[in-house]
This record gives sequence, structure tokens and C-alpha cells, in this order.
Amino acid sequence: MTYARDVVALARKDLLLELRARETLPAMLLFVLATLVAFRFALPADASERASVGLLWVAILFTALLGITRAFIPEREQRVLDGLVLAPVDRSAIWLGKVVATLAFLAAAEVVALPAFSLFFERVTWSTVAAVALADVGLCAVGAILAAMAAAGRARELLFPVLFLPLSLPILVGGVGAAVSDDPGRYLAFLALYDGVFAILAWASFEYVVTE
Amino acid sequence: MAVAAAVVLVAGFALALLWAPEDADQGPSQRIFYLHVPIALTAYAAFGWGAWKALRLLWTGNQRYDLESYTAVHMGTIFGTLTLVTGSIWARTSWGVWWSWGERQLVLFLILFLFYAAYFMLRFSLPDGPGRARISAVYALFGVVLIPISFLAIRLAENLIHPVVFTRDGPQMSGDMFFTFCVCLAGMLLLAGTLYLNELAGKRLDLKLRDLRESLELG
Repeated sequence: MTYARDVVALARKDLLLELRARETLPAMLLFVLATLVAFRFALPADASERASVGLLWVAILFTALLGITRAFIPEREQRVLDGLVLAPVDRSAIWLGKVVATLAFLAAAEVVALPAFSLFFERVTWSTVAAVALADVGLCAVGAILAAMAAAGRARELLFPVLFLPLSLPILVGGVGAAVSDDPGRYLAFLALYDGVFAILAWASFEYVVTE
Repeated sequence: MAVAAAVVLVAGFALALLWAPEDADQGPSQRIFYLHVPIALTAYAAFGWGAWKALRLLWTGNQRYDLESYTAVHMGTIFGTLTLVTGSIWARTSWGVWWSWGERQLVLFLILFLFYAAYFMLRFSLPDGPGRARISAVYALFGVVLIPISFLAIRLAENLIHPVVFTRDGPQMSGDMFFTFCVCLAGMLLLAGTLYLNELAGKRLDLKLRDLRESLELG
């Protein structure tokens, strides 16, 4: 139970920091809206409705990218990570705490983005909502560990998108598939598989990323 | 080993060009199969080898595995790039286009190329030391998990025009063709192994030289 308590404490720290500084979430909200508007003009006037579904997923992917990029940079800059690594917590709890916090940000951005999408483009189906929920878990699970990797290097913000995009392509496939296919179950199952596999891998290997 | 690689490869190509029966459907252009598919399989083998060494590094903490994993991933990336090039040529001769999104393996290699190119960016951005070794190792492990997941994803997103040669019923080709293919594959694996050992020896020499220089400067 101490593990769960550690995770909650770590996630709470990030959420409190966000409440005080209000840096990430407003940026994510504005970004996702701006992206949707930009896509409206990127699509030719006679483009099919299905094309806009793909754009929704690109918007979600980029918003996640924006939200997670800086996840570990304050930790490195303020040397919080050194303290966390020395603290008597399981190191994977640091990862899980970060996943919970970024997941909260991403979900908050989507609570705005999905209604905006159905307002601007077409109605969002339940299978899309389910796919978004599953995709968020995968994006944050993979994103949190990659952000920790990228923050350890010199390039930092530059490096993270390059690491993150190839790994998140399967999520894009699953998400778009669930939204446009007549049989979304297969795609949802695929997203769940992705979440499970990469969450276990990230959970097990995070320790090696932060150990100095 | 270098000699063996050269002999087997030359034999394989000779078999592929002169001896293997012509494909009834695709004609002579099918012969690139004996180059393209062994290169692709060799790339997988190199990525797998790199991930295995990465796992050993995380398991034992022995820094020796870092260089081995890095060299294997390097080999995999070279062979992966060659796969993209030969696959593109094959697509051009078979379907008249340089690139086809319907071809699963090629799309997979494009994703892997992006992924492993980022491996080098990550590695060169990190400060030298055990931290870099561990982070690179974790990333290499993500790679081998990404391969089947991406394959599944592409399969879900696909439209089928790629000729599927290996199905669950075994390889769909004649015995002569299969033999030629195996010779080519063995040659390619030997070549990759030779390059791997050479590069590893070179990198180790480099490190040793650096250490010697440092100790000279200190002394």
C-alpha cells in the first residue's frame, strides 16, 4: 500500500505544481483548439468526413506530445529527480506518478477537444471516446519514460518528439481504426494490448533510466 | 569469417541469378527477392541481437555489453536502410511505383528506421557513461517490442498487395528457390556478423586508444 501512496503523492505534487503555475494545461488546451482550427483549413472543402477523424487523432497525438515533453525537465533542472531517486520509494513509482499526472492533463485537454471536434466537424462516437481513453494510457505510459530519457540528454525538448512519434504510430492506427471501422472491437483490443505491453515494459525498465 | 561470408554470398547470388527457376508470375524481377528478404531478416536478427545484449547489460551491469548492443543496432539500421532501398526497387519493378503503403514489411521498416535513427540521436545526446549505456539499452528493448506491435498495427491498417511468401503452411516456393534463398540468407548473416565483429573491434580499439591517451596526459 505504501507503493500506491507514493504514486498518489508524486502525482499530487505534479498536479499541485500545475495548479499554482498553470503552465502546461492552458498551453495544451489552446494548442488542441488551434490545431483543430488549422486542420479545418488544411482540409480541402470537399474532403470526406472520415478525413477529419484522422486529423482529430493527429491533434490528440500532438497535444500529448506538447504535454509530456516537459514532464521531466523541471525534475532535471531543479534536481528533484536526484532527491526522488535517493528517496525510499520504488523507482517505478516515479514513473507511475508521472503517468497519472500527464494522464490527468491529457484527459482535461480532451474534455475540451472532443466536444470542440464534434462542434466543428462531426459527432464523436462512443467507440472514439473509448479509443481515446485507451490511447491516452498508452501515450502517457510510453511518453513518461521517453521524456525521462530525453531529459537526461542535451537536446531535451528536441529529442522527445523524435523518440515519441515512431513509438506512438501504432496508437494512431488503433485510434483511427476504431473511429472509422464498422468493427471497432478489434482496434480497441489492439490499443489495450499496446497499453498492456508497453506499460509493463516501461514499468519494469524505468528504474534503469533514472539511476545515475 | 570474412572469406566465408564472401564465398557464401557470391555462391548465393550466382544461384539466385543463374540457377533458381524463374518466377512464373513476376519474371526476372522476382530475383531481387533473394537479396531483399535476406537483408530484411538480417536486420531483424541484428535488432534482436542488440536487444539481447541490452538485456544482458541491464541484467549484469557489465559495460562491455553496451558497445555490443550499440554495434548490433548500428548494423541493424544499415541493413534496415538497405531493405528500404531494395524493397523500393522491387516495388518499382513489380508494381511500377517506388513506394507502396500497402506493402507491410516496407512500412514496418520505415517505422523501424525512424525509431532506430532516433536511437542514435538519443545516444549522442547523452553524456558518456553507465547512464547512457542503460538508457540506450532500455530504448533498444522498446525496439524489439515495437517490431511485433507495429507489424500488427500495419496488418490492421493494411490493404493487401504484398506477395505473402511465408504463410502458416510453410514457404510458398519451390525447393530450388528455397535452397537459393537459404544460401543467400546464410551469406547475409555471415556478412552482418563479420561487419559486426570488425566494427566492434574498431570501437574497442578506439576506446583503448582514448584511455591510453588520457593516462599519458595524466602521467
